[in-house]
Amino acid sequence: MSSTTRIRELAVVILILVISVIVYIGKIQGWNNGLMFSPAVSLTVVIVIFLLLLYILLRTLQGHLIGRRTVFLFVGLAVVLPFFMTLTLKFRVSPEVQQLYDALSELQPGSKVLVSFDYDPPSAPELQPMAVAFLRYCLSHDLKVIIIGLWPQGPQQANLALEDALKSKEVAAKKPEYGVDYVNLGFQVGNEFVIQRMGTDFKSMFPKDYSGTVYDDLPLVRNVKNFSNIDYSFNLSAGYPGTQEWVQVAVDRYGLKMGAGNTAVQAPMMYTYLNAGQLVGLLGGMNGAAEFELVTNEIGKGTKFMLSQSFAHMIVIAFIIIGNVAYFKSGRKKKL
Amino acid sequence: MRREIPLLITAITGIVFVLQYFIPHAPFNKMNTWFSDWFSIVGAFAIWLGALNLLKISFQKIMDKKSDWFFALVIIISFFVITIIGFAEGQGFREPGTTFSWLYDYVYSPLSATMFAILAFFVASASYRAFRARNFEATLLLLSAFFVMLGRVPVGDIITGFLPQQYQLSQVASWIMTFPQTAGQRAIMIGIALGLVSTSLRIILGIERSHLGGGD
Repeated sequence: MSSTTRIRELAVVILILVISVIVYIGKIQGWNNGLMFSPAVSLTVVIVIFLLLLYILLRTLQGHLIGRRTVFLFVGLAVVLPFFMTLTLKFRVSPEVQQLYDALSELQPGSKVLVSFDYDPPSAPELQPMAVAFLRYCLSHDLKVIIIGLWPQGPQQANLALEDALKSKEVAAKKPEYGVDYVNLGFQVGNEFVIQRMGTDFKSMFPKDYSGTVYDDLPLVRNVKNFSNIDYSFNLSAGYPGTQEWVQVAVDRYGLKMGAGNTAVQAPMMYTYLNAGQLVGLLGGMNGAAEFELVTNEIGKGTKFMLSQSFAHMIVIAFIIIGNVAYFKSGRKKKL
Repeated sequence: MRREIPLLITAITGIVFVLQYFIPHAPFNKMNTWFSDWFSIVGAFAIWLGALNLLKISFQKIMDKKSDWFFALVIIISFFVITIIGFAEGQGFREPGTTFSWLYDYVYSPLSATMFAILAFFVASASYRAFRARNFEATLLLLSAFFVMLGRVPVGDIITGFLPQQYQLSQVASWIMTFPQTAGQRAIMIGIALGLVSTSLRIILGIERSHLGGGD
């Protein structure tokens, strides 16, 4: 690698570091609150991007192709600009999300809900909004929450979600108490073997909670021996071990009633379990989180990020169309 | 004996796990419990083994001055910084407000999320360059992707808002996901399951030995 390339790479790293520091200070100072586009400006931005895409399409028809850096730029704009927009989009609640909500609303106050956080920070943008919305609903409806993680970072993500959920006015009014209303039992290594052992004995897998408190000293779980003491379970999953393992072991073998929240990539596979009745409700990707927020009447990050997701999807579709136009224009020969 | 003992352990645990699923009574349920506990213990050791292996490879890379050795140095420094801070903060090192927690929230999480987010750019670029309606199957895939991508976001219903509700894009996407997609997934999953059963049997019976390492 040449020294010029090295210097360029280093310059990019320094630039990213500077931007990160500015963004971090901005987050603390709340600068973004004063930097919102009005609906008129937001619409203008959308129209300008649309016209630019139309221009690219026309140029493609004339035989001028664009490079991938242009694609990157448009995707970046599609993701970032909506954060500053004040446009709102209406959407519908899908049957799988409604099913999960119905299952939750059937639970009596005091019912025990097991939540397994089986993901890490890379999947947090998709799964964290659902985690927050789910915990917020449970804690504000007097459902007792037992948290575990089959991924090492899961319980830490759970703590972040709890922090956000506890800020909600409805939850704060209930004054939930750690160990009585919710508990974080932490991570246990062993993938599906942990689930299998939980089917007979919770305590053997989680002798202490996340902070080191002994299992029997936690009033919420003291009498929880196995899955038969759990009224509903919710699995937040980004891969292995995740929903598939929970269904195969806890649902099929021990009859646990369960819903799931999955990344958009993983969710299609879960429809097989959903249609077979092995899953009671499914939240798929960011829109799953947004729909759950809608059905629980609590707007959160899922809803806010839907604009970015919508724009990003449209940009990808636009470039697929442009790419195909170039392909057919060149007599099915040209490579981009 | 270096091959026979692992083969024996594999065969016994495999057979016990199969039997205990169908006969959840003594002695199989107890054996299942023992083996599950052992799995957790071995798994915990494997985490350390993985960490130490990563360190060994990284140190080796620096010593040999291999290409991009600088990144190996970053790995080692990050590893020791987070480990030392974790140990120094004691029992509640992951509690909110600790340095460990700060590093997790403001360094590890954003960096990991950024790496994953880069995927969006590559997916868009790859779709632009390679997602072509070359033949009937590719066109079918392209159309499905078109309907699902638009139908899964609110803008889909805005575009098709003039149509009756059952023909709007969210409903079309939902239909694709529930029926054709699920049918395809089921076929794949059943195929994988059959493959898993046959491979597992080969491993339990000692016919398949590649997991033991070595050439034969």
